[in-house]
Amino acid sequence: MTTHSENVLEVCDLRTHFRTDDGIVKAVDGVSFSVKRGETLGIVGESGSGKSVTCLSAMQLVPRPPAFHPSGEIHFGDTNLLSLPEYEIEKLRGKRLAMIFQDPLTSLNPYLTIARQLTEVLEVHQGDTPTVARRTSIEMLERVGIPDAAERIDQHPHQFSGGMRQRVMIAMALLCGPEVLFADEPTTALDVTIQAQILELIKDLQTAIGTAVVLVTHDLGVVAGTTDRVAVMYAGKIVEEGTTAEVFANPQHPYTRGLLESMPRIDTPIQKSLYAIPGLPPDLGNLPTGCSFHPRCELATDQCRKTYPDRKTLSSTHRAACWEVEATE
Amino acid sequence: MNTPGKPDTPLLDVSDLAVQFRVPGRGGIFYRDSTDVKAVNGVSFSMARGETLGLVGESGCGKSTTGRAVLQLLRPTGGRVVFDDEPIHEFWKKKGQKWVWDHRLLDLRRRMQMIFQDPFASLNPRMTVETILSEPLRNFDVVQGAEQREKIQHLLMTVGMDPRCMRRYPHEFSGGQRQRIGIARALALGPDFIVADEPISALDVSIQAQIMNLLSELRENLGLTLLFIAHDLAAIRHVSDRIAVMYLGQIVELADAQTIVDRPQHPYTQALLSAVPIPDPTQEQSRRRTVLSGEMPSPIHPPSGCPFHTRCPLSEERCRSDVPRMRTIETGHQVACHLVE
Ligand SMILES: Nc1ncnc2c1ncn2[C@@H]1O[C@H](COP(=O)(O)OP(=O)(O)O)[C@@H](O)[C@H]1O
Ligand SMILES: Nc1ncnc2c1ncn2[C@@H]1O[C@H](COP(=O)(O)OP(=O)(O)O)[C@@H](O)[C@H]1O
Ligand code: SF4
Ligand SMILES: [Mg+2]
Ligand SMILES: [Mg+2]
Repeated sequence: MTTHSENVLEVCDLRTHFRTDDGIVKAVDGVSFSVKRGETLGIVGESGSGKSVTCLSAMQLVPRPPAFHPSGEIHFGDTNLLSLPEYEIEKLRGKRLAMIFQDPLTSLNPYLTIARQLTEVLEVHQGDTPTVARRTSIEMLERVGIPDAAERIDQHPHQFSGGMRQRVMIAMALLCGPEVLFADEPTTALDVTIQAQILELIKDLQTAIGTAVVLVTHDLGVVAGTTDRVAVMYAGKIVEEGTTAEVFANPQHPYTRGLLESMPRIDTPIQKSLYAIPGLPPDLGNLPTGCSFHPRCELATDQCRKTYPDRKTLSSTHRAACWEVEATE
Repeated sequence: MNTPGKPDTPLLDVSDLAVQFRVPGRGGIFYRDSTDVKAVNGVSFSMARGETLGLVGESGCGKSTTGRAVLQLLRPTGGRVVFDDEPIHEFWKKKGQKWVWDHRLLDLRRRMQMIFQDPFASLNPRMTVETILSEPLRNFDVVQGAEQREKIQHLLMTVGMDPRCMRRYPHEFSGGQRQRIGIARALALGPDFIVADEPISALDVSIQAQIMNLLSELRENLGLTLLFIAHDLAAIRHVSDRIAVMYLGQIVELADAQTIVDRPQHPYTQALLSAVPIPDPTQEQSRRRTVLSGEMPSPIHPPSGCPFHTRCPLSEERCRSDVPRMRTIETGHQVACHLVE
């Protein structure tokens, strides 16, 4: 299989399962998506739906074992990331593929100065001299909005506030101008005013560098404001995907609709009570038969309880996996 | 429920509330350079019986400290907290070096309760739900034996849980279920005033809606007066009658919930509102967004004048020197900003 020319990354039928004492946990179970250069794809879903494991699988950052991939290919350029040996993927990570996290201390070492951590990336991946690496690092810190970057570069991560640390992590991720950036809930721990700053920053840098961004979030508001396309995940599967405009204007899957309706929003009149999706997300080690959403779905029929639904095509870009959705094309 | 006192007076009246913490300076606690942090600095508001007041603001602005000081879980260092006509900030006594509650405050515990973000963070994980819920009942000697079990079953049903879950342990429940149990615990003694401190912040969107609906229902059915603390303005607006916006230890704007969203007057409220994402791509594209520069300063080194002036797009000379007072600009709408007429 060859990559569609425009796509920088193509994930095909990815399955990431974990062997645990309680049996097999199907964290990601047949996920396919692609991203184009400069595009932002949102992955949205509740906690435990497999968003992080999807990104970590592409970066080969899930521990194998306990994880294994019963199926899947991740095309990046002319390679399949899932079959690359560790030393090969190490050359890509931090250079052509990067990831940022909710907690910056996942990627920043608390014991080393920012200078040490940033210059190392440039020295290893680009063979920069220490002087050049330091200059480039300071420039990058300035670009992400760190005041007094030339001095602060010699400080440690804990000397920065939460929002500033997030900026430092973004600077580190983008140092080598990666082709794909996985941003896993990068603003979830931040206040909204800081979230707005960080999202704007990611957008500006993305435009400048042409990076494709996979933005993981549980906030549909963030998806609406920052993504071109969106994939909605539920229990390890993508249940709906489309352009952001399509999915918001015409949500088809009952889960997507439920999520949208259950959000309190500031732009609509206050209703007496919010719509609440009943019940809880399923245990990924013990999924219900048929459609995983059926125990919480108001439209569920016997067919839903027995067989996983086909993906219905709603437009060339919009698809939903639900028996009750009418295909239109 | 038990709402004695005169119905036309506010249930709670807070004036000029202040809480300072002593924090060690660079030299550690044994050095003399410790400083006082004004976590809450002159907060005033009152709450009518049955009302829900939302307290919103970014982390570190003093919301939790305000909630705890109102409940006297912390001794205020200044100001007054009058609950049902009683000055409860005076209900403390000195025991050696420490301040402790006197008997009046102990009695008030029945009427004033708190709901936390993670209700079990402070509880023994080896206690069953039954033990957790019976604790307040035992402490206040409310009911015993079979009656106690019945009471617990009733509490669990009130919060939408199967009473059979009594024998299970907190870790066996999802976040939303744990929050329901936390709410049941707060309701055990039949309070009429509750501070809910970020009760939905740790929950998933679909579960947040369930808990918000539960709180609204309880408030209606039990006549609760609720101080609802959150950093999510959309959620706060949904459950509150009025909203107080806090910044760096002070309330900067207070009005009814719809007014805060429709006609915010303080530049901080305006910025906060414009940063709240709207789940609608068309609106997100056309929105004018005020992206604030910088971050909220530390209360250890608060700026002079208006606490917001370091980030305010409109700040002028007097904002840097004079502290703006809270002024009423229309009935029920107060703002602390020099530029708001
Ligand atoms: N190392 C692991 N071992 C076992 N299960 C795991 C491991 N990592 C993740 N999982 C499981 O995978 C599922 C999906 O997790 P995750 O991708 O982190 O969800 P999300 O990011 O959507 O919140 C969860 O049920 C989680 O418990
Ligand atoms: N026990 C304490 N000792 C010292 N400082 C504290 C203490 N509790 C809170 N603070 C400080 O007071 C300020 C307000 O905190 P808090 O009320 O928790 O804010 P919020 O709930 O709005 O996030 C913060 O700067 C915080 O660091
Ligand atoms: S397939 Fe059935 S159960 Fe699943 S979402 Fe659609 S209607 Fe509901
Ligand atoms: Mg995650
Ligand atoms: Mg707090």
